[in-house]
Amino acid sequence: MIRFLLWLLGGVLLGGVVHLATVLLLPRMATQDAYSRLAPLTPVNKVVPVPHPSPDKATMPFMDPAFAMAVCRYDLTQAPLKFTVPISQAYTSVSFYTRADIAYYAINDRAAGRRVIELDLMTPDQHNDLPDNEEITAADRLIVESPTNTGLIVIKALAAEPGLLTSAQNTLNSAKCQPMPQ
Amino acid sequence: MRLLLGTLFAFAIAALIGLGATWLTLKEGIAYGGITVGAWTAWPKNGTPGIDPYARAMVARSGELPIGSGDGITFFARTDDTTRPLDGRCDVTLSGTTPPARFWTLTLYDPEGKLVANSVQRHGFTSQELIRSASGTFGITIGPRARPGNWLPTGGVERYVLALRLYDTPVGLATRSGPDTAMPSISQKGCP
Repeated sequence: MIRFLLWLLGGVLLGGVVHLATVLLLPRMATQDAYSRLAPLTPVNKVVPVPHPSPDKATMPFMDPAFAMAVCRYDLTQAPLKFTVPISQAYTSVSFYTRADIAYYAINDRAAGRRVIELDLMTPDQHNDLPDNEEITAADRLIVESPTNTGLIVIKALAAEPGLLTSAQNTLNSAKCQPMPQ
Repeated sequence: MRLLLGTLFAFAIAALIGLGATWLTLKEGIAYGGITVGAWTAWPKNGTPGIDPYARAMVARSGELPIGSGDGITFFARTDDTTRPLDGRCDVTLSGTTPPARFWTLTLYDPEGKLVANSVQRHGFTSQELIRSASGTFGITIGPRARPGNWLPTGGVERYVLALRLYDTPVGLATRSGPDTAMPSISQKGCP
């Protein structure tokens, strides 16, 4: 009887380990996460509009239908990236996600404070390699550090009423993400 | 022989408990660090690198992208103020005020996060398109039948989820303001 209880206790403890391990490993094994859903629709380092969600079809669950959305799936392995988007009438935001769909930075039009949101995206190593003088001359340049080489830039523009959706989508069409010339 | 049986038994228990607990936490949507106000709950950490492992697993499984914390915050409601699940065949009144934000949107989803089909193709409201009273408060009627004023159709589905998203807002960032954040009340009546 004692022996049985000991085996049971061992099993329960091991069960705890299994539980923690599966929770931690699940994000790495997921095949239907946001990045994997967007990957087939998006060429690398290019801004692509995400289809507007409808009851029959949505790229991701829980998308906000009041927004036009575009994505730049980036890869910084070769070079840092230059990103620009003009701001729309109502509200524009740019959010950055790692390959594992973790939001690490987001900025909106008011925080950017100009008619255009303009920034450079690079890895911490590329940031360290920047020549010092260049950083001074471009003091007003916004630099965002990506913790991973690949990830997503998600650009959203609010259509305050359904009739404004096309205009919001047009704003996003002028967004650009391009590798910097080396 | 005893050793083998014992080991197998322990492994079986471990698999049952471990996988069962994982499945249950993901199904029930257990995550830490939520702010709950009335029927509404938000997880401000989900939009930051500090997202907890349970929320990460859920996000990876569902395929959604949580709103970045510099962008906004999402409050979800699955029940009314009396913790009764929201039923698309009832008349639900959402009223009151919302926390400070430059814009907000209210959207109705099915429990899996898909938009719900309806005859007028309305899936939500933005703060700009609401009809408000002179004092600035508003009321939204959510139900299967058309109503005058702000009507959000449910398409008659049995269960649904409301998402109230605040954009460019101080809520959830610095403040851990729970109960002092004013969220709209949700009351349900006329259920079949």
